[in-house]
Amino acid sequence: MNNAASQTGRGGVVSLKERLAGAQHRLWAFSGLIILLVGFSIASPNFFQTTNIISILQATSVNGVLAIAATLVIISGGIDLSVGTLMTFCAVIGGVLLTNMGLPMYIGIPGALLAGLASGAVSGFFIAKLNIPPFIATLGMMLVFKGLSLAICAGRPIYFNDTEGFSEISTGSIIGEIIPALPIPNGVLILFLVAMGAAFILSRTVLGRFIFALGSNEEALRLSGIKVERWKIVVYSLAGGVCAIAGILLASRINSAQPAIGQGYELDAIAAVVIGGTSLSGGRGTMLGTMIGALIISVVANGLRILSVPQEWQIVVTGSIIILAVYADMLRRKK
Amino acid sequence: MSLLVDMQGIEKRFPGVHALKGVQFDLIAGEVHALMGENGAGKSTLMKILSGVYQRDDGIVRINGKDAHFSGPREAQDEGVGIIHQELSLMNDLTVAQNIFIGREPHNRFGILDEAALNRNARAIFDDMNVVMDVTAEVGSLTIALQQMVEIAKALSYRSRVLIMDEPTAALNEAETNELFTIIHKMKSEGVGVIYISHKMDEIKRVSDRITVMRDGEYVGTLNSDETPISTIISMMVGRELNHEEMVAPDLAKAPIALEVNNLNRGRFVRDVSFSVKKGEILGFAGLMGAGRTEVARVIFGADQRESGEIRVHGKTCDIQSPSDAVKAGIGYLSEDRKHFGLVLGMNVRSNIAMASMQRFTGFGGLLDEAGMAASADEYIGQLGIRTPSDRQEVRLLSGGNQQKVVIAKWLLRDCDVLIFDEPTRGVDVGAKSEIYRILTELAEDGKAIIVISSELPEVLRVSHRIAVMCEGRLTGFLPAHASQEDIMLLATKTMHAPMKSTSHADGTMP
Repeated sequence: MNNAASQTGRGGVVSLKERLAGAQHRLWAFSGLIILLVGFSIASPNFFQTTNIISILQATSVNGVLAIAATLVIISGGIDLSVGTLMTFCAVIGGVLLTNMGLPMYIGIPGALLAGLASGAVSGFFIAKLNIPPFIATLGMMLVFKGLSLAICAGRPIYFNDTEGFSEISTGSIIGEIIPALPIPNGVLILFLVAMGAAFILSRTVLGRFIFALGSNEEALRLSGIKVERWKIVVYSLAGGVCAIAGILLASRINSAQPAIGQGYELDAIAAVVIGGTSLSGGRGTMLGTMIGALIISVVANGLRILSVPQEWQIVVTGSIIILAVYADMLRRKK
Repeated sequence: MSLLVDMQGIEKRFPGVHALKGVQFDLIAGEVHALMGENGAGKSTLMKILSGVYQRDDGIVRINGKDAHFSGPREAQDEGVGIIHQELSLMNDLTVAQNIFIGREPHNRFGILDEAALNRNARAIFDDMNVVMDVTAEVGSLTIALQQMVEIAKALSYRSRVLIMDEPTAALNEAETNELFTIIHKMKSEGVGVIYISHKMDEIKRVSDRITVMRDGEYVGTLNSDETPISTIISMMVGRELNHEEMVAPDLAKAPIALEVNNLNRGRFVRDVSFSVKKGEILGFAGLMGAGRTEVARVIFGADQRESGEIRVHGKTCDIQSPSDAVKAGIGYLSEDRKHFGLVLGMNVRSNIAMASMQRFTGFGGLLDEAGMAASADEYIGQLGIRTPSDRQEVRLLSGGNQQKVVIAKWLLRDCDVLIFDEPTRGVDVGAKSEIYRILTELAEDGKAIIVISSELPEVLRVSHRIAVMCEGRLTGFLPAHASQEDIMLLATKTMHAPMKSTSHADGTMP
């Protein structure tokens, strides 16, 4: 056992080698993002303007938060197809509490968050306790949430006109009030805070450790005496709570809960996760990567729109980027 | 004498199987008690009951004289029973320290982890074991041997007084095995009781104080190791005497060369390798782990590209670039990891046997000739003695030895006359082992040229007509069938740089 590595004088959390590898990992996606930014800036003078950059960030906020939920589940070795419609479902619950029942925000918003946590826990229960494969369980739940949203609203959107300050949650700018030159919307600030929170959970808490362990080798975790089922439910529940945050952000931005939207968002979220270098087989991934992935998707959509590329072609480009990103990731791993 | 573990009349039934029939077992503090038996004898089941993974249907388990009922692995750990599972059960994406303390991470009351303390605690355990280990390295990046050390450290971290080791040396080379035994001796002296499961007889004799043998879910007997000859243990295990014939190398002076390899090179593990195998010959490949034996096989088979060198089959130069080229040339490779590379576990015996010869059974419009496949499968089931209810049985339900025979059948059906066996008896029990040796010998008598790669020296000596030894990617020499283990070890540690007298170079092969 003549491992050359020293066993003393290492206070760090991760070894230098590992840190470099992780940094290199994110560097690729990050350089991709920079190349896109530079390319679009050269192609169009309207691209690199404060207002446009802010609109890109604003557009990222909802998908970014959803991608955070998806990242948590994917690192744990699962998949969640219901993040999009669960987001809508939580927005509708918020609408029922705030508009239909006229409750104040300090009840309505926690209520919507609670609905997210509970709904996620239900998915987690199916997966952990009934052993239904995550793909199937969340596919089913995706439809359940969609149908429930439509049923609750009778197919019509719920508006938040009576709830003062609700649209401020996403579109207001606390930062802009302090630093007028930086009118960053609250939605972006919330995305940032949720990402920081999720990154903290992943790297510094017991829950985060178990999320990685679940994705890496669930059986080993079980044999270590950990109640695997319970932790799986916690992961899906937490993801559900994060979806609820996205739901509130979206509802606030469009000042309404639209029951018919939501389906399709899960694919954008998973795309962001994958572009960010998180392994779909679980055990590996970072929040920073997911954020870069979400930004890449928004930047491409925005940039192509500014260049007047038809929307159909924007979708083709996004699809190609996903394949390219995953292929580049595989090439790098092989080395 | 106090009993650390006392198990009496243990019963366990699974649907359709009576796995344990009134089994007894005990363990004294500071002893190594070997538990032996063929695959399926019930050893692992018994140990899973002791470690809380399974619950017994009946019987008594006492730990330190106290009745114990474990409903899960955690409770067993709390009572000081640790287990190192046969299949490594580590989380590859986590670091060494994170693996060891999974579920017991030092954290504050908000659930926030203290990584510095985590790494410190892990280092203390390895210091105690006298093993140098980078506790912040990802487990997936370590060698199998080091991963084994992580498993042991994990078990020790529970302050285990009872440590169950299920096949701990399956993936270790000689030097690493010695290292492990040093650690076991240290644990013994500290009063830890070790339960040791292994198929390797010489190891059992070296390391254990007592031996308990099980067969077909029943207790056979307990013996003192130093008074018991290996043949007695084997006959207790299989319920009959196995005949150990001496290998008599056939006279191959006039036999033609089937496979010839000249100056093969690829990276660090295949350096200037040249050898030939004759028709009817079994050439054993010995060497420590990482010596490059599997790598040579993969290059010959085209699974990895050679950088330079020549491969000739029956005197003809073959430009093998891919496994399909190799198969066309008549070379079959039986991987050491048959579950991953050799078999489609979810498919039946018939389809697996036909897998490499599908063209032969493909008719007009891509229709499969099931009747033809069934006939071929039946032929080999009979010839090789594959124990299966029918050729429609899923391969995953067969025992390791019978799975190996299915792989052999697959290559025989494909008309391969050069067969490379990589660790042919890994995970195969003693009875089935001698059957596989017999099949190898018969194949050679039929005129096949056979290469057997094995990490078990007794196995190499048992089956080979001639032995090639590798070290650090080079062929360091050839030995006749009746060579001694010492001769092989001498060649296996013959590095280019280190002088022969140095004893440390054996572990120098490890990264």
